[in-house]
Amino acid sequence: MDFVVNTLTLTVRFAVTLMIASMGEMFNQKAGIFNLGCEGIMSVGAFLGMLIPFTIIGPGTAPGYVNILGLVAGTVAGCLLGLLFGVIVITFRAPQGIAGIGMQMFGVGLAGTFFRSYIGGTQSITGISSFEIPLLSKIPVLGKILFTHNPLVYFAYLLVPVAWYVIFKTPWGLKVRAVGTHPRAADSLGINVTRIRFQSLAVGGAMAGFAGAFLTLCQAKMFNADIINGRGFIAVALVYFGQWHPIKIFLGALLFTFAQTLQTQIQIFVPQFQYYEFLTMLPYILVIVVLAFNRKSNRLGPTALGRPFNREMRV
Amino acid sequence: MARFDKITELRVEHITKRFPGVLASDDISLTVGEHQILALVGENGAGKTTLMNMIMGLYQPDEGKIFINGQEVQLKTPNDAFDCGIGMVHQHYMLVPNMTVLENIALGMKSSWKGIKVDLQSVRDKIVEISEKYGLKVDPDAYIWQLAVGEQQRVELVKTLCLGAKFLILDEPTSALTPQETDELIALLKNMSSELSIIFISHKLNEVKALSDKVSILRHGKVVFEGSTADYTPKQIAALMTGHEVEVNANTDAPPQGDPALVIKDLCVRSDRGFLALDNFNLTVRSGEIVGLAGVSGNGQRELAEAINGIRKSESGSIELFGSSIRNLTPGQIIATGMGYIPEERNTEGIVPSMSIKENIILKDSETGTFSKNHLLKHKVIESTSQRLREEFDIRCPGVNTAAGSLSGGNIQKVILAREIARKPKFLVCVYPIRGLDMGAAEFIHKELLKLRKSGVGILLISEELEEIMNLSDRIAVIFKGQTQAVLERGQATTERLGMLMAGVREDE
Amino acid sequence: MNNYKIIYKIAVVVIAVLAALLVGALIIIAVGGDVFYTYWIIISMPFKNMRSFSEVMIRMIPLLIIALGIAVSSRSGIINIGAEGQMYMGIIAATVIATNCASLPKFLVVPLCIIAGAVAGGLYGFIPGWLKAKLEVSELLSTVMLNYVATQFFNFCIRVPLLDPTEKSGTPMSRRVAENATLSRLFRGMSLHQGVFLAIILVVVIYILLFKTTWGYKMRAAGASARSARYGGINVSKYLIISMVISGACAGMAGAVELMGVQGRAVAGMTSGYGFSGVVVALFGALHPIWIVPASFFFGILLYSQVNLQILTSVPPNLVKALQGLIILIIVAVQMVISNPYSIERFRKRFFAGREKPNTGKEA
Repeated sequence: MDFVVNTLTLTVRFAVTLMIASMGEMFNQKAGIFNLGCEGIMSVGAFLGMLIPFTIIGPGTAPGYVNILGLVAGTVAGCLLGLLFGVIVITFRAPQGIAGIGMQMFGVGLAGTFFRSYIGGTQSITGISSFEIPLLSKIPVLGKILFTHNPLVYFAYLLVPVAWYVIFKTPWGLKVRAVGTHPRAADSLGINVTRIRFQSLAVGGAMAGFAGAFLTLCQAKMFNADIINGRGFIAVALVYFGQWHPIKIFLGALLFTFAQTLQTQIQIFVPQFQYYEFLTMLPYILVIVVLAFNRKSNRLGPTALGRPFNREMRV
Repeated sequence: MARFDKITELRVEHITKRFPGVLASDDISLTVGEHQILALVGENGAGKTTLMNMIMGLYQPDEGKIFINGQEVQLKTPNDAFDCGIGMVHQHYMLVPNMTVLENIALGMKSSWKGIKVDLQSVRDKIVEISEKYGLKVDPDAYIWQLAVGEQQRVELVKTLCLGAKFLILDEPTSALTPQETDELIALLKNMSSELSIIFISHKLNEVKALSDKVSILRHGKVVFEGSTADYTPKQIAALMTGHEVEVNANTDAPPQGDPALVIKDLCVRSDRGFLALDNFNLTVRSGEIVGLAGVSGNGQRELAEAINGIRKSESGSIELFGSSIRNLTPGQIIATGMGYIPEERNTEGIVPSMSIKENIILKDSETGTFSKNHLLKHKVIESTSQRLREEFDIRCPGVNTAAGSLSGGNIQKVILAREIARKPKFLVCVYPIRGLDMGAAEFIHKELLKLRKSGVGILLISEELEEIMNLSDRIAVIFKGQTQAVLERGQATTERLGMLMAGVREDE
Repeated sequence: MNNYKIIYKIAVVVIAVLAALLVGALIIIAVGGDVFYTYWIIISMPFKNMRSFSEVMIRMIPLLIIALGIAVSSRSGIINIGAEGQMYMGIIAATVIATNCASLPKFLVVPLCIIAGAVAGGLYGFIPGWLKAKLEVSELLSTVMLNYVATQFFNFCIRVPLLDPTEKSGTPMSRRVAENATLSRLFRGMSLHQGVFLAIILVVVIYILLFKTTWGYKMRAAGASARSARYGGINVSKYLIISMVISGACAGMAGAVELMGVQGRAVAGMTSGYGFSGVVVALFGALHPIWIVPASFFFGILLYSQVNLQILTSVPPNLVKALQGLIILIIVAVQMVISNPYSIERFRKRFFAGREKPNTGKEA
């Protein structure tokens, strides 16, 4: 029972990282930009999430506002890196897949470099601790699973309906969808394709940065150069899995986090199990299987995904 | 809101626009008055669309000015054009397929953007108002991908009118319509001209004649002629458009009595969207015969060509070439039977754009003994063959090592034609062979096709240009919704009759 | 070509190099390093003596082999960023042979190990190739995922089945490869080993494959435009998969060479990012086997500098990874700028206005 409750509780909490990152990637892809650099942006976000509390307070317990400062720094840095990616793939119209690999290496390398020189080695922080909501958390089983998290978790979950609303109900969402599917049509209606794409990269980058900072502050409570460990790539895969729909992406994030948490929980609860590498592989294999069985639906997807827009290029 | 209550005159003066390597507009001046319909005609690449895009604020002219009601206007973005009351229906419809009609129109109607919410109700009201006023029926909640081409065009018109257009620009609006749909559109536009001014781009001269008050002809970016439509015949306009009397390559030989070469029986093929694009389709082409397949595009022509050539799998039925079945063989196997294919998409399918001309010449034959031995390419043979074909087919290029994609449309088509004919095909499928080409290149290609016919090769010519089909074919088949509507002898076919058949009217009804 | 076009290209490349150096400098300053000293260390150390030069060479070998494979797959239309995982698989297979076939003569064992590496890497490359060709799974995602899977599998292998029982430290590692299965050093006291010959052979083989054979022609056609290739009767899926197998085989061989020539046994983390750097090298070498040679040498220098940065400066060696990412970003951007006719035209107008006549012909 403990095993089940623990796994579910942690799934609910840790799903935030993937959820926010892939929600950000969804904004990129809805606008037609395939940002494989998510991993690198998350890395920088994660590093800043660690750096700020660590330099201000040191390894001890940091007061809330310092942690929030770390979160904000990670978000801002993510936003800037998103814009940098925009310069490469929108302004220069570079191929997005390979540029994404460059962004990933740059981000991970940058975070690693600064980490080695500002923090040095493995250090841990207290980060943002969970907090039990009075009354609600006392509900048997469900109380622990749903109501023993820190406020950021609830804030993050709130972002799912917000993202849905933004994409489907606001003028900006309308423009983002048009720009990612038929940029020429948007352009012919006086919508600035370049600007909308930059905006979506800024939003997507900020969310990736936030996700990274959340990872260090609420989940790992430490940083190392490989901390993201493929989560950025999984976030990108989740967008395909969720077919560019916020709710499906949210469910996907829960599923994958569950697979990951299950794996770590088995290692804790069943220490005699010798072949833990195979458990670690599982989420990654799951991604491949899901991609293989989830042929993309052309009708729903942003059909201009990955294609630079050039008004003067004739079709 | 709108800057002008009505547009009494739109005038462009001395407009010049350069693209790298191309002078797209060369000192163009035009005037359109109130309730006037100006037809802008010219061959493909003459600069018609570029000029219109400048009026819509999509491109900026390098030189020249635009005036509305005598007042100079700066059109920096399409928003400026909308503010002035100008609207355009583009040739390739500017509709987002995975959004509804309502959302597509809301995308342009900035008045419906209330803070963080799109006020869809106001858009819906506007659509209803416009639909009723002009008799344009649209379903606001349909997704664009669900709509047929004609319906999409109505949506485009409604969209443009919802955005407050008092001056309409229509870029080749009839290119995807049946003759009957075209007539309806022309009647509608005539009716609208009591309230609007219209610029109508076309190269179909009978439409120009039927609709417009004035005609301007563009050639190589220049206005070469202006006049009142009533004073000229379509033939005179055609001569002005091309700069010379059009020489027609017509097939006047007696129909051949050769053996059946390609026999298609009860063929069913699914489209990308999953419905039956070909539904029990039947057709026979003899050796030494050109069969023209007429029809409005989107009635299964693409699927037919792809199924014959093995690029698309068919569900049922049979395709036989000289008595042996080629249905659902791989493209490679079908090529080996002697099938030649000039595809619809010449730039993205007929050639590998980034490869050189000579590498494109060997595309289908890299493994045959001619161009390779023991899997090693014979570079010298490839070079000399390409040089020879370059001269024979008059491919204008800096050299055979030039990337094929950098050539003009006509020269790309010549590269494809050179490859297909040099392979000595036993049969040829030819899809929209002159679409978008200038008259010179089109003439050349028609001549080659007739030569090939004389040598005894059967040709299936799929085209949407009735003139082309009627000139070249021995027999004409009409395709509608994936079925053979009728097969006519050359002498029996008239534009009217074909038009009815293309629109789905069966003669036995 | 016109004068101004050449000047334009040179200008773009020079600006790009300066931009890379500048951003690198900013990072170095931010971590409190000495910019010129750091750059000096990176550039000069490899040429200090033959020994350090051979250190560059041994890094160049796996980079070169991997990049050749990536060039084949990239030209066939599939970007292989799974070389890291394929290399691990190659190492596992080569380790199995190398630690178990000590009794066979050397001239048999060495090729056998390399072939084992190639087969294992090739099979592992087959998976994303097949997934892409048959199920349209993006290779960018599948190869990355397979890297993580391979890493775990490798860690498992050296911890359990291949574990060296005599190793007391507890670090998981395989037994040393038999003397018969090592690639001998070429010069006494220098780390350069016989693997360099394999690299040279592969350069020639891949060059011939890509540009002189019908197979290479078809792969390139399939990569340049899958649709046109299919129209031309080329079995695009087949060549896509073959190219991925070749690419994986190259990475697998690189793994075998690294095992037999440098490490001597399978240890955790021994691919040391070669798989990713290989992508950068292939791009830097314009996906051309001949140009990949100098490109891999250059990146050999960069990778070797990690060692020197660690010893001689306060700049963390992770800098090199950031620089590699930066170089990718700059290369892809520069390629587009160089081929953009609009920028060329603007450049001409700005600096060459009036001196040369603009090209107004519709056709060249």
